[in-house]
Amino acid sequence: MKINYNDLIPNNVGLSDDRRLLRALERWQPAYLNWWNELGPIDTETFQVYLRTAISVESNGWANYGHVHMPDYRWGIFLSPPEPNRKIGFGYHKGEEAWSEVPGEYRTELRRLIVTQGDTEPASVEQQRHLGKTCPSLYDLRNLFQVNVEEGRHLWAMVYLLHAHFGRDGREEADEMLDRHAGDPDKPRILEAFNETTDDWLSFFMFTYFQDRDGKFQLAALSESGFDPLSRTCRFMLTEEAHHMFVGETGIMRIIQRTCELMQKHDSDDVRPFGGIDLLTIQKWINFHYSICLDLFGSEKSTNAANYYSMGLKGRYQEAKINDDHILTNSQTLVPKVEDNKISTEESALLTAINYKLREDYAKDSQRGISRFNKIIRNYAINTELKLPDAAFNRNIGVFKDINCSPDGTILSQSEWQEHRHEWLPSEDDYAFVRSLMVPVIEPGKMASWIAPPKRGIHGLDIDYEYVMFH
Amino acid sequence: MIDFLTSPDHYKHWKISFNGRVASLALNIKEDAVISEGYELKLNSYDLGVDIELNDAIQRLRFEHPEVGAVIITSGQERIFSAGANIKMLGQSSHADKVNFCKFTNETRNSIEDASDYSGQRYLCMINGNAAGGGYELALATSHIILVDDGATSVSLPEVPMLAVLPGTGGLTRVVEKRRVRRDRADFFCTTGEGLRGKRALEWGLVDELASRSNLENAAFKKAESLAKLSDRPSDSEGILFKDLERKISRNSIRYKHVTVDYDRELRSATIMIIAPIEVPPKNIEIIHAQGCDFWPVAMARELEDAILHLRFNEPELGTWILKTSGASQNIAAADQAMYDNSDHWLIREITLYLKRTFKRLDVSSRSIIALITPGSCFTGTLMELALSADISYMLDGTILDSDIEPATVRLTNMNFGPLIMCNGLSRIESRFLCDNKDISKIRDKIGEDLTATEAENLGIVTFIPDDIDWEDEVRVAIEARASFSPDALTAMEANLRFGGPETMESKIFSRLSAWQNWVFLRKNAGNSLQLYGSGKKPKFERERI
Repeated sequence: MKINYNDLIPNNVGLSDDRRLLRALERWQPAYLNWWNELGPIDTETFQVYLRTAISVESNGWANYGHVHMPDYRWGIFLSPPEPNRKIGFGYHKGEEAWSEVPGEYRTELRRLIVTQGDTEPASVEQQRHLGKTCPSLYDLRNLFQVNVEEGRHLWAMVYLLHAHFGRDGREEADEMLDRHAGDPDKPRILEAFNETTDDWLSFFMFTYFQDRDGKFQLAALSESGFDPLSRTCRFMLTEEAHHMFVGETGIMRIIQRTCELMQKHDSDDVRPFGGIDLLTIQKWINFHYSICLDLFGSEKSTNAANYYSMGLKGRYQEAKINDDHILTNSQTLVPKVEDNKISTEESALLTAINYKLREDYAKDSQRGISRFNKIIRNYAINTELKLPDAAFNRNIGVFKDINCSPDGTILSQSEWQEHRHEWLPSEDDYAFVRSLMVPVIEPGKMASWIAPPKRGIHGLDIDYEYVMFH
Repeated sequence: MIDFLTSPDHYKHWKISFNGRVASLALNIKEDAVISEGYELKLNSYDLGVDIELNDAIQRLRFEHPEVGAVIITSGQERIFSAGANIKMLGQSSHADKVNFCKFTNETRNSIEDASDYSGQRYLCMINGNAAGGGYELALATSHIILVDDGATSVSLPEVPMLAVLPGTGGLTRVVEKRRVRRDRADFFCTTGEGLRGKRALEWGLVDELASRSNLENAAFKKAESLAKLSDRPSDSEGILFKDLERKISRNSIRYKHVTVDYDRELRSATIMIIAPIEVPPKNIEIIHAQGCDFWPVAMARELEDAILHLRFNEPELGTWILKTSGASQNIAAADQAMYDNSDHWLIREITLYLKRTFKRLDVSSRSIIALITPGSCFTGTLMELALSADISYMLDGTILDSDIEPATVRLTNMNFGPLIMCNGLSRIESRFLCDNKDISKIRDKIGEDLTATEAENLGIVTFIPDDIDWEDEVRVAIEARASFSPDALTAMEANLRFGGPETMESKIFSRLSAWQNWVFLRKNAGNSLQLYGSGKKPKFERERI
């Protein structure tokens, strides 16, 4: 059977004329659908979901709305339009023409970067596959699915690069992305944070706030790449990533708002009996998600990151806006160190501290939302503040991995840590409590007890619109 | 540019003479006829130019003189045989030049042994004056050494005590491996600068025969005649004349009749293309003989050899050699068949040995070798050796879109299973599948079949088989990646991977002696010594043992 891939797969990469891509997709596309059906959102084949589909990169093309069956979703392949005469902005090759083909010299490194990024995309879909069963509203259910199909599309975007530019190795890597599964003991996802399960909605909103923000920073760094197809792919992905963070941020804000309403109404910090999630629990979720996301940035000092930078493969966040030589061979910076059970800083070559710098940018960006959360709390005249924990808290990678720290950055003994850790991190009881709230609400316009309604609906529609139809 | 083409009427240093079935090669070096500047070739010492002539002479003796059954190497000067490689020349040479020089001189000495062992043209050496260092090493390459016993003439390997380097032209290896000199005696011999004379040299096995000054020539000639008698070379056949090669060298290419070379200086690669004969090569030995050096296998070997040597010496930055072929596969198969059917003929034997030596030059070249097998190519039999000698090979699976050229195939012939052995004593197929005789007989069963990419990959005789969609990118990336690695690490890695399996004297010369010599060359101690030699000053050594 001859499939017309151009109809099936919206794209701006000349798919129907590209024999290499067509050949690769003939095999991969059915495998992808198989994966979606087996490991994507559970029991959703019959749902009609009001989804946004990108059909072109033009301003009127990237957001087309309508009810679709998810397996029929048209996952597209889009690259941001090329910048004419784009030059490489950093590293050894600074000032040279950006590469439209993979330089043979850096093939392995580029492939590793793309595979590592690509692997996270289907991972989150797998992590979130059960969430649909406990949605707090149809609006949220639709958002979950929107995030899911777009993560699927991000996988497509990375697989496109592998298929288009990495030959047989690329095709094999693309297959592997569907073979590894989140939490699979034999074939886990590459990055640890993507093997955790996301089985409550508080975690989902935290995930889309924190993990997807990591995604934003990784994509932003990759969008600086001298390898132009990677840069253009990532630039387009960033527009979608922004929506995921919107889902996360507004989700958390609505929960906080509901909590504050309940606190005010019942004049108590403990809103659990009234079906709300108390601020301390929210803080614990923040502590957990933020700390495991810091691990995603790797070690503070990294030779790989230095090499990627020098090679022109992965830059810094908003590279062009940074005022330095963009070569960095003579630049120094301060990085944290742990010595004699004390946290201090030391001078380090800036080149090897690229990961750390990106993490710092991430931390700043994460704080912005936290400030908005606190504004809501203040509006209710409640004297509590949510905080990002210290970078040394609950870390498994980098200089802090061997110490125990409280969220304010105080080093603790092993016994102190054991004694207090559940004051800062979710305990089994906390999880059990949050799970107990996860009761599906599928009546249009209705919200679960623990979350406030959104300010507005999707694409100008009412909040009580039937965003998901179950047939 | 260093040119490897020469002919007897251009020789400056060697004189060839004939007496019945015995030929003489007399070394009479013209001091000022040097290949570069800044030294004189005193004491019959040699430089690359001398060796280029020697290489040519050995080659021509084999092809142009079937009647010659023995060759005497001697000196045309009084009381000095040869002082070996010129020290001043070595002292001023770059590391690359020293390494290339040693490799080529080693290949020349190996070709002397090849003639003695397989061509029925036995070499002997008449040492009529001091043979020091490379001078004695030249003698060691022959199968019989006669030393004048005059109480003064010695053979010596003074490199270690006098120059702080090694007798690197096979000297150390041949003393123990070929002449079976006891290791303690060899140690003493190699550390005594003045060497050994007469009786002791004979007793220790450093020479085979002694002769008085007055009887030397007579003894040598008699021995040569007796060796010639054992030869199976025909005394009544005409040789084939090596006419001048047609060659056009430009900045980025070389053109021969059957071989073209094109450079990509940006990617630091040279594409060597071998073109099959347009007409079916003759089967009949008389016609082959009449074609002489125009018979395709000889003509191709001469051109390929020259290209290899040219690239090695004159284009050191072209680090990747891409081997391609083009033309009618059946014509290569026909040439191979003609060679197989006439393999007992002296000329065919010479051609086969020449092909063997030429492919060996590829094996020891310090370049990454990539074979590209595409539709329209003819990696058949003899030319399949190119693919087998490559570090990595790519064969295009299927056809190219919108092209009516049939998919590429490769074909094995008898040439792939014995005659064209590597310096480790194995054929390239055997060397590829070291411990698996069963696999080799499975491959042998395919002789004569046109093998598709999939079949060739399954047999393990090609590395990767991308189709036309992947081809361009895969190949480009492979070549680009190669160009980005350290040339030194690549050379060393390839030299280690190419020669699995057993060691032979020859492989030890290239893998052990040469590698150590090249290391010694890079150390300060050698540099100081070579440069101070002759100045009367004593080098100061760094005393640390490494």
